[in-house]
Amino acid sequence: MKKGSSEYEKLVQKAERLAYTAIFLMAVCVGLLLLKIYDPTLSIFQDKKELVVEVDEDLIVDGIHIRTGFVEDVGLMTVVNNCTNCHSSKLVIQNRMNANRWNATIKWMQETQNLWGLGDNQKIIVDYLVKNYPPVEKGRRLRLTNIDWYELKK
Amino acid sequence: MERRKFIKKATLTSLATLIGTEIVFGSNMFKDYQPVALQKPDPFKLFHLDNEMVVLNDKPWNIEAKAHLLDDKITPNSKMFIRNNGLIPTEIDEKNWRLVIDGESVKSKKTYSINDLKTKFKQHTYQLTLECGGNGRSEFDPPAKGNQWTIGAVSCATWTGVRLKDVLEDAGIKSDAVYIGYHAADTHLSGDPSKEPISRGAPMHKALQEETLIAYKMNGKKIPLAHGFPLRLVAGGWPASVSGKWINRISIRNIEHDGTKMKGTAYRVPKNPVAPGDKVKEEDMKIIESMPVKSLITYPKSGAILEKGRALHIRGHAWAGELEVSSMDYSIDFGATWQTCKLEKPVNRLAWQHFEAEISFPKAGYYEVWARATDSNKSAQPMLLPGWNPKGYLNNACHRIAIKVI
Repeated sequence: MKKGSSEYEKLVQKAERLAYTAIFLMAVCVGLLLLKIYDPTLSIFQDKKELVVEVDEDLIVDGIHIRTGFVEDVGLMTVVNNCTNCHSSKLVIQNRMNANRWNATIKWMQETQNLWGLGDNQKIIVDYLVKNYPPVEKGRRLRLTNIDWYELKK
Repeated sequence: MERRKFIKKATLTSLATLIGTEIVFGSNMFKDYQPVALQKPDPFKLFHLDNEMVVLNDKPWNIEAKAHLLDDKITPNSKMFIRNNGLIPTEIDEKNWRLVIDGESVKSKKTYSINDLKTKFKQHTYQLTLECGGNGRSEFDPPAKGNQWTIGAVSCATWTGVRLKDVLEDAGIKSDAVYIGYHAADTHLSGDPSKEPISRGAPMHKALQEETLIAYKMNGKKIPLAHGFPLRLVAGGWPASVSGKWINRISIRNIEHDGTKMKGTAYRVPKNPVAPGDKVKEEDMKIIESMPVKSLITYPKSGAILEKGRALHIRGHAWAGELEVSSMDYSIDFGATWQTCKLEKPVNRLAWQHFEAEISFPKAGYYEVWARATDSNKSAQPMLLPGWNPKGYLNNACHRIAIKVI
C-alpha cells in the first residue's frame, strides 16, 4: 500500500512537472511572438548602435560646410572634391600657408602622394585657402590664451 | 579576437552611416558639431581614449594628449598620443604574422613568427619615452606644414619584447652594415599598394642598444592596434617615427636607409641654423637622431585658482632623448629667478623622470609657472622657440601653466 501510493505520488509529480514545463514553454513562445511583432528585427539582442545621422553632403549651416567643416566661400566645393579624398579636411584646416607654400605642397602631393593634376582648379583652391585660412603671426612665443580657470581643490 | 571584432564593428558603424537610418535637420544638432565626426567611427571608443584627448586629424588618425592628462608615471593607453602617416591595417593575423630580417648586410635572411621571437630570445621590459619629432610644431612662425601638435605628442609606457640586437645577431650582421630600416603593414593614404606610408629606421649603434626592442606588449598587455599590434619597433629617445608600428620586415642596410620619410625634408632639420622662413636645400638637411631635453608640468592643470598663502604643489616629467635630465627648475617670474625642483632618476635609461616642487607665491595676482629641464650635457630648454626649421620639428621650449592667486 505504502509502496503503491508513493509510486502514484511520483506519477502525479511527474505530470505536474510536465504541465509546468509546457506552460513555461508556451509563455516563452508567446513572448517571442510578441517580440517579433513589436521588434521585427530583434534589435534588442544586437549591440546598441549609436544614433547615426545622415547629413546632406552639401549642407551648409552658418557659413560652415557641415560634412567637412570648411568655410563657405568661392571654391568651397572645388576644395572639398580635390582635397578630402585621401586625407581629412582637418589636415587642411589646421595648416596655414601663403600661396607659394600651398603651391609647393600641391606639387609635393602630386609627386609623392598620387594627387592628380588640378589644372585651372589649382588657382581656385589656393585662393580659397589663402583667403580663408591665412597664417597667424605668432612671433617667438605666444601668450597663454583660452585659459580655463578653475578653483584648485585642496 | 577582440581587435578584429572592433574593426568589424567600426566598418559596420561607418556602413550604417552611409545608409543612414534617419534624416534629422534639427538646428540644435549642430551646436556641438565636429566636422567629419558624423561619417567616422568614434575615435574615443575605437581607441579607448580619455574623453579629453584631442583629435587633430581623422584621416589619417592623429590624436594628442593635454599636459594634465599625462600625469601618470607610466602613460596608459587611454592618454597616449596616436600618430599615423597612413591607414591603420585592418586584417591582422597574429598567429601567422612573420617578421623577416633581410637586407644587403644580413648574413642569412631569416623569418620569425611571434612565437619564435618569444621562445628563441630573452624577454626584456623597459619604460621608454616616445615623442613625435613634430611635437610642438604649432608654435613655429612662419608655420610649418603638417599636423599642428601642441605639447601632447609624447608618452612613456612600458614596452616588453626582445632586443632588436639579439634578433639581428641571430640572422647575422655583415661588417658593412650601417643602418636598419623597417617595413610595415599599414596602407598609404592614396590606397596605392606600391607605396609605403612610412619606412624609417636607425643607424646600427641605435639598433644595437640594449633598450631598442621588437615589442609585443605595451603596459603588460598586447599592444593596442593603434600603437602597432602585433609587433612594434621601439627606440626610445628618438623621434617616435623610428619606432615603426605593425612591422613585418627589418632590413639591415649597407647604406643609410632610403625608405619613405627618410629622404627630403621629412624628420630632418637644417645642418646649420637658418632664419625663420628660409628655404633650405635638401642636401643641407640632416636626419634627427636623439630628441632634445624637454619637460611638462602635468599637475596642476593650467588655470588653477588658489587662495593667498596657500602653497602650490607642482609635478611633471622631464626627458632628454639619449641623455639624462640632470636638473629641473621652475620660475614664477618669467625667468628672472629659477628655483630647483626635486628630480627623480629614470627607472631605466630612456625613461622620463619625475619632478615636483612646492611653490609659495609672494602676493595675489596672475602668475605663470615655467618649467625648465637641463640635460647631462648642460643643455637647457629655451624659454622662446628654438631654431626655426622648415618642417617644425624639435620644439622643446619651456612648458608653462597659468595660476591665479586671490
